[in-house]
Amino acid sequence: MAINKADFSLIKERRNSIHSKGKNPLPINCQTDSVAGCVSQRACVYCGARVVLNPITDAVHLVHGPIGCASYTWDIRGSLSSGADLFRHSFSTDLREEDIIFGGEAKLIRCIDELFKLYRPPVMLIYSTCIVGVIGDDLEAVCRNASERHGIPIIPVQSSGFAGNKSDGYRAACEVLLRIIGGSEPYSHKPYHLNYLGDYNLAGEAWIIRNYLEEIGIKVNVSFTGDSRYDTLLTAPTASLNIVQCAGSMGYLAKRMAEIYGIPFLNISFLGLADTKESLRRIAYFYNNPLFNERCEKLIHREMARHAPVVYQFRRHLAGKKAAVFVGGGFKAISLIKQFRELGMEVVMVGTQTGRQEEYETINELVAEGTVVLDDANPSELERFMLEQGADLLVGGVKERPLAYKLGLAFIDHNHERKHPLSGFVGAANFACEVYQTVCSPVWNYVDK
Amino acid sequence: MNADTKTARSVSENPCRMCMPMGGILPFKGIENAMLIIHGSQGCATYMRRHMAEHFNEPIDVASSSITEQGTIYGGEVNLKQGLKNLIKLYEPEVVGILSTCLAETIGEDIARITSAFVKEQTGSSLPRLIPVSSPGYGGSLTEGYFQALYSIVENVSQESPPHHGINVIVPHISPADTREIKRILDVMGAPYTLLPDLSDTLDSPYSKVYKRIPPGGTPLASIEAMAGAQATIEFGETLPDGLSPGKYLRDQFGVSLYRLPLPMGIAACDKFLELLKTLTGNPVPEALKKERGRLQDAMIDSHKYNREGKAAVFGEPETVYGISRVLLENGVTPAIIATGSSNPSLKGLVEGLSHSDEAEPFILLDTDFAELRRYCAAKEVNLAIGNSDGRFLTEKEGLPLVRVGYPIHDRIGGQRILSVGYTGTVMLLDQITNTLLANKLNHYRNDLYQEFYRSAGAGQFE
Repeated sequence: MAINKADFSLIKERRNSIHSKGKNPLPINCQTDSVAGCVSQRACVYCGARVVLNPITDAVHLVHGPIGCASYTWDIRGSLSSGADLFRHSFSTDLREEDIIFGGEAKLIRCIDELFKLYRPPVMLIYSTCIVGVIGDDLEAVCRNASERHGIPIIPVQSSGFAGNKSDGYRAACEVLLRIIGGSEPYSHKPYHLNYLGDYNLAGEAWIIRNYLEEIGIKVNVSFTGDSRYDTLLTAPTASLNIVQCAGSMGYLAKRMAEIYGIPFLNISFLGLADTKESLRRIAYFYNNPLFNERCEKLIHREMARHAPVVYQFRRHLAGKKAAVFVGGGFKAISLIKQFRELGMEVVMVGTQTGRQEEYETINELVAEGTVVLDDANPSELERFMLEQGADLLVGGVKERPLAYKLGLAFIDHNHERKHPLSGFVGAANFACEVYQTVCSPVWNYVDK
Repeated sequence: MNADTKTARSVSENPCRMCMPMGGILPFKGIENAMLIIHGSQGCATYMRRHMAEHFNEPIDVASSSITEQGTIYGGEVNLKQGLKNLIKLYEPEVVGILSTCLAETIGEDIARITSAFVKEQTGSSLPRLIPVSSPGYGGSLTEGYFQALYSIVENVSQESPPHHGINVIVPHISPADTREIKRILDVMGAPYTLLPDLSDTLDSPYSKVYKRIPPGGTPLASIEAMAGAQATIEFGETLPDGLSPGKYLRDQFGVSLYRLPLPMGIAACDKFLELLKTLTGNPVPEALKKERGRLQDAMIDSHKYNREGKAAVFGEPETVYGISRVLLENGVTPAIIATGSSNPSLKGLVEGLSHSDEAEPFILLDTDFAELRRYCAAKEVNLAIGNSDGRFLTEKEGLPLVRVGYPIHDRIGGQRILSVGYTGTVMLLDQITNTLLANKLNHYRNDLYQEFYRSAGAGQFE
């Protein structure tokens, strides 16, 4: 049965960004600019770049612009560090009216010099904001000169907010990472070394995965960018494999590193028991070393014995419940659909801020008939489809949480603020527990639905 | 009086300041049936919504004109107009605030002109009241953005009205709980009033079966129109520059008498407020409020010795910081550092007027950041921090306990419910301060005294 698309939204430009499986065909309209006035949940280019780069723990992250951009991104994410904590400080050139009129270069130079003197960082990243290009500051030139002056890489991040969307920020960040690792010494690939891309070490997740891999016999050179440092980033070219968790933010880096350094990559996912098992096996298999396969199976056996019963115990309470998903990228949405399946739950609405067409195709294959799929959804759409589809739970970020609660829905924070790991076997158990704690909370017995 | 501004350094490290559009959103959220659009790139609206959602635990809908590369080069007028059309369709608001940003102002967007052009193009359709506010992020801090928006609202909406006995009450950014408390005091005093803005229900809305995209509550448009005919305006804004004062606008344009008061925090400021209400309404202060006053006095006596040990750093928006400083001084807590990220010109003089001559004078930090504040906290041996959640580094790095009050509160629940105005609110704030000092003392005194005085008996020396 074809559906009248006019039913999807009052706003004509939004109608092709909403899809109902089995009722109207793909493609879905995605990877486009947000429609003005629709209250998009997306942030900007700067946000995308900052998310990816900020976990580099020993870098100075200096935001060149007025204070707001630095103020709203100060230490808001739960990336953990095993050493330096410079990345948790938010530096800004704090441009004022006179800087806007006369240009901000002089102040930027002063700020770079002050910060170098104060912290002697091995690398500085200078983020451009909306107005930097408009007032004509030459960030490249300032950074090049400062680099020479101080003898460390000082690298501009081309992250003017308006110049695209969050995905363009990911890409700008990947370009910066390529520049950093481009400064490495000559390298040769070490056989059992890999880089772990697209993990930001939220609540120690990159550490968990590294422990698994080391147990198998595989060394992680560096995680991009969770708990990374300048010197560990430089070891990246010596890897013989890149594994990619968050493909939305790091797929580009993986492709470029394959071209430049000849490092092959595997897209993997450590969200959920099934994905974690499969990913570990694929990585072990890649090395064609029977010992790795053996250790991998041993690890899987042990971890499953410890964590799978926890998942199954909560599943008893959750089977048949309905979930709605609205997250940043397509990769996470796909993993979540599978993870909810492990809990016996069906996903009835799924959307992303910046998913790609091929990801939406995978999503469409995974979900049941009638599931609503949305790109760059707004609160009105989330509200409507969560209610219409009878969702019991929403997975999202901070902005979506109060909406879910006002609608009387359970909620899972699956964003960078989380304080407990959701990756690997232990993460799958945590996830099941969190879903149980919110869906089966006694408070729902006391609110009128 | 000491004062310092961040002149020695150029770089800002760990900001103690939010930007003007963030301040501009808040008053519109306290107008009935109002929505907002931010003319800028998509990120501004989203970051601010995220920040506010965490503090208020409420959905915060703010649209963006989502200026792109094209818009930056050729102008964002098309985006803004399209954005207005879409948001009006989606939300059916009565009022729309249109805020500019760094980007819009820098590329020379004239939002007032675009707004009137939009109104002209849309003749025939019934439009909401559109209120443009110039709020470039680099033009000031949250406080300036807040009052700029409030000023624009009053300037835009208030009009020659028949005189009435109502009292205009204009508040700085205070919590929904504070707003409710001020309304309760006005009600108890039998004062007819228009409170602007009124966040009490909109940003602390009760759970209800039916969700409304624009939460019910807020100051009605009609009441703002009639503010011009009120008998008086009470403006809680002693730190407010004249150019941003909606009360001054109402006085100059419509002859409404203006009374500027400090926020009713601390016994003296509460007394001032009630004295004025007594005069304006002719009603006596009822017994219930007198009892609350007595309880505050009782609480002050109960805790005065503990409070005397407090040496505090207070930080946040100027008016809040000023109010808290009054409470500290009344109770013998030393406000060793009074800090704000704003460049407010009057805070220093006001605090100077308060401090008792036999005390060390508070150290005022204007236009500051948390790196600087942290250094002064260490240098001045402060033992307590009072302000918003951004002070958490003071706890983490300097071991200073933090009493959370102000905005934003993003690492604890219930920012919207923090009550610190009125006699009752003052007691609650004071108890928090005292208990934080007590907890800190009780956690440390055994070990401190052991370290200071205990010596093991020396072997043999007494034989």
